[in-house]
Amino acid sequence: MKVRFIDAKNIEDTVKSLCIRANTVLRPDVLEAIKDLYRREKNNTIQKDMLGILIRNAAVAQKEQMAICQDTGMVAVFIDMGTSTAIRGDNMISAVDKGVEAAYKEGCFRGSVVRDPLLRDNTGTNTPAVVHLRIVDGDGIKISVMPKGFGSENKSRMIMLEPTAGPEEIRDFCVETVKAAGPDACPPYVLGVGIGGTMEECALLAKRALIRPINVSNPELHIADLEREIKKQTDTLNIGIMGLGGISTVMGVNVEAGPTHIAGLPVAVNLSCHALRSATAVVD
Amino acid sequence: MFHKKKIRAPLTESDILGLKAGEEISMSGVVLTARDQAHSRLYGMIKADKALPVDLKGQVIYYCGPTPPRAAKVIGSCGPTTSGRMDRFTPLLLESGIKGMIGKGRRSKEVVESVRRCRAVYFVAPAGAGAYLNSKVLGCEVSAFEGLGPEAMYKLRIKDFPLIVAIDPEGRYIYENM
Repeated sequence: MKVRFIDAKNIEDTVKSLCIRANTVLRPDVLEAIKDLYRREKNNTIQKDMLGILIRNAAVAQKEQMAICQDTGMVAVFIDMGTSTAIRGDNMISAVDKGVEAAYKEGCFRGSVVRDPLLRDNTGTNTPAVVHLRIVDGDGIKISVMPKGFGSENKSRMIMLEPTAGPEEIRDFCVETVKAAGPDACPPYVLGVGIGGTMEECALLAKRALIRPINVSNPELHIADLEREIKKQTDTLNIGIMGLGGISTVMGVNVEAGPTHIAGLPVAVNLSCHALRSATAVVD
Repeated sequence: MFHKKKIRAPLTESDILGLKAGEEISMSGVVLTARDQAHSRLYGMIKADKALPVDLKGQVIYYCGPTPPRAAKVIGSCGPTTSGRMDRFTPLLLESGIKGMIGKGRRSKEVVESVRRCRAVYFVAPAGAGAYLNSKVLGCEVSAFEGLGPEAMYKLRIKDFPLIVAIDPEGRYIYENM
């Protein structure tokens, strides 16, 4: 087997530029969804004013290369690495952390990571990142970064349903999660929903679901139906932007499903605020 | 959009008595940022009868941990963080003199009652729009707890900062049914 070598420095540089892009350029699918809500929200309402502010916010952030939101998140990094790839130089994890650190310094993003959950000492670099590695076919490396704000991370939830529970109970859990978040976590929300796997795999599916553009349905028809059904139910909650009521409660539902155990049906909802940020690239 | 009633911070009781929950206002003047760790410290100092690093009387506390400024700016992205995490500290801060709070989202029953009792006010600011709000901040300097970095207390000089009254001095609350 011919091995392709990739310099650790390329991984570092890619992670750096992805972090800067994700934090300053709102994803086109997300911006389009906000604009669509703006068009449909009633005229002369605070709700419409607020959606207008979000559209202006995205424009200012991109123009001035300023963070879309001051919570520039803890960075989840998803790496798909080809089996015939080898990294030269640094190890991968430290290359990723160097990239994150460089991005947060150059981009003037907030360091929001504390070294110890009880001692709460800020690392000052927004590292370490949380790295999820998959070994795949091929000889390349694909990286996605997701700086995830904790206003919405805090409202994310998980449940171990019974295997016979079915789509209605999954839907109801998602709706309850949104209801419990109420106005606190910056609606209009995007729901990343994981179904199946083990406990930690389910949560990972939920987070991965948020990477998919929100205008693209799951290719499995029964899962796409579930996405629509969850969206339909959450639309009736009338939470609205900033909890002021109206149509802007949930702007996207992405579900990812995976194999699970005969005795279980894990469900995780990774809630995202309207500033859903991620960026993806292949390492050269 | 948003050029409604104007108000100046710090606040006196007469500045805010006419405010009504749900009303849009625009704030100018000086506010102090404080989030989780600064709240925890202030709370501990008040409980221990220690001198505070800032005079809280009439102050508006903004729940905000900004990003650092880029060149030629005074501050970075600077929107509100979730207010509910400050609930456990808020009644004592209100009793210690603060008159207003700016954040996002719901407050506990105790906070709503405490705002009413102290004749204070809770505002919400546009959430997730920190780059837009940057243009409403004219000055920024560290006020206390510098070692906390983004969680330090900053004194912000703001102009026409857009807000919505979420709990008014009569205790009316826009998220009553949520």
